[in-house]
Amino acid sequence: MSNLLDLLLNNPLLLAEAALNGLLLGGVLALLALGLNLIFGVLDIVWIVYVDLAMLSMYLIYFTVQVYGFPLLLGAVLGIGLGVLLGIAVHLLIITPILNSPPINQLLATGGLLFFIQSLATFLWTTDHRSVRLNLPTIEVAGMFVSFARLIAFGLAVVVMIALYVFLTRTYIGTAIRAVSQDRGAMSLMGANPQRVYVVTSAVGGALAGVAAALLIIQYSVHPYFGAAFGPITFMICVLGGLGNMFGAFVASFIMSEIISIGGVVWSTEMGYVIAFALFIVLMFIRPGGIFAKRQ
Amino acid sequence: MLELDGVSAGYGHFTALWDVALRVSAGEAVAVVGPNGAGKTTLLRVISGVIAARAGSLAFEGAALTGRPAHEIVAHGIAHVPEGRRLFPGLTVADNLKMGAFLPSARAHFAESVERVYGLFPVLKERRGQRAGSLSGGEQQMLAIGRALMSRPKLILLDEPSMGLAPVMVLRLFDLIRRVRAEGYTILVVEQNVRQVLKLVDRAYLLEVGRIRMEGRADALSEQDFVRKAYVGL
Repeated sequence: MSNLLDLLLNNPLLLAEAALNGLLLGGVLALLALGLNLIFGVLDIVWIVYVDLAMLSMYLIYFTVQVYGFPLLLGAVLGIGLGVLLGIAVHLLIITPILNSPPINQLLATGGLLFFIQSLATFLWTTDHRSVRLNLPTIEVAGMFVSFARLIAFGLAVVVMIALYVFLTRTYIGTAIRAVSQDRGAMSLMGANPQRVYVVTSAVGGALAGVAAALLIIQYSVHPYFGAAFGPITFMICVLGGLGNMFGAFVASFIMSEIISIGGVVWSTEMGYVIAFALFIVLMFIRPGGIFAKRQ
Repeated sequence: MLELDGVSAGYGHFTALWDVALRVSAGEAVAVVGPNGAGKTTLLRVISGVIAARAGSLAFEGAALTGRPAHEIVAHGIAHVPEGRRLFPGLTVADNLKMGAFLPSARAHFAESVERVYGLFPVLKERRGQRAGSLSGGEQQMLAIGRALMSRPKLILLDEPSMGLAPVMVLRLFDLIRRVRAEGYTILVVEQNVRQVLKLVDRAYLLEVGRIRMEGRADALSEQDFVRKAYVGL
């Protein structure tokens, strides 16, 4: 605590910079959390493998841009496309056969896929950290230093989240996705083929992973254990916001990213994560249904 | 219009319907009455494709429906207002109606259908921006019926529309169902409130432990001593 107080009194600008960076990180985390939560809301299955799918898109963007020299925009489009394909493939090949199995089997199946993808990535691409070199500047905003890549990533994440909101509230299929998350059976009485709703949901979830991949690869290097770095925090955000609650996931993303970012500046990056996870455990005792759950 | 022959259905090892035959003609209102657990809800679920029949055949306007999934049966013109209403509680009244018009053929007529539903149930228009879960029981039942009308059905299946409603509301609801009927919809209704429902329909079937025990004109059926004692409570 004394560190935090010290910083607040002696170097408030550094603290403000950390808060700003936390906000920017939160935007990209929110994309991942919303994608995972969207799928959970509709299918009642947590895709433990979700961030690992984003990792595969990151590799594709890396190879397209860094190895083969194509423009980043093309890499991003391919990465998003791969996300969509992976989302549909996971649903058709892994989820569909076990849709009515006990939840533990579903969790184990997507968990098994996670280890498969991790091992395959290690085998194919080794454990090297690979990054796309962009030479984007660091810019100064009111005395605070922010990386331009982070700023772009945040801006695009916000645009995509607005698009997601419009899709879920204005279109028939988007509204049907929300409806199915409230009553899985009743939507078929409206004439909607449940499998079609599931496939569209998985494709949109995959697309969000692809967008997140494009925004992550300009800030972080990719390696086979990237999913292990961002997966747990994504899952935690969803639980904190209330599994299936999109608004909750959105808010929880920024709570978590601020704790990690400010904790990182005041103490150390590792400590930031320790605090975030500790707070999560405590909150789960106080509010097991998430921060926005109605009190029983 | 609707023809069921030799239909049996159930859940797991339990058989809820045995060899049921039932007819509904266009423009008719038909009731299925009977005690709790007689298989009334199962019967509607078989017709709308929520569960598959184990034996027998279903046909609607000459088309075989046997074994078709629920989302295809809606497209044939059968709308099911399920037991417990099954609204989308977190969606607004307007979005619930929008979901009722999910079929491409229904979407094309959305504006017209929604005006018709608001005309029948003006309270839904007032509450169109409210979450469905915040409506009263009677309003929820109106929304459930309105949502079914949005698919532009020919036949409406109503499962216990009076369930959980206050007595005053039950009378109002039956009046509203009469108005729906007057619009030209064919109705197959399952009810425990036998006295009220027999005033509403032309014909009725009595279902007991999964079998049709009796069928006939509603007025004749309500005169039967057996029915009067057991269900009408006179």
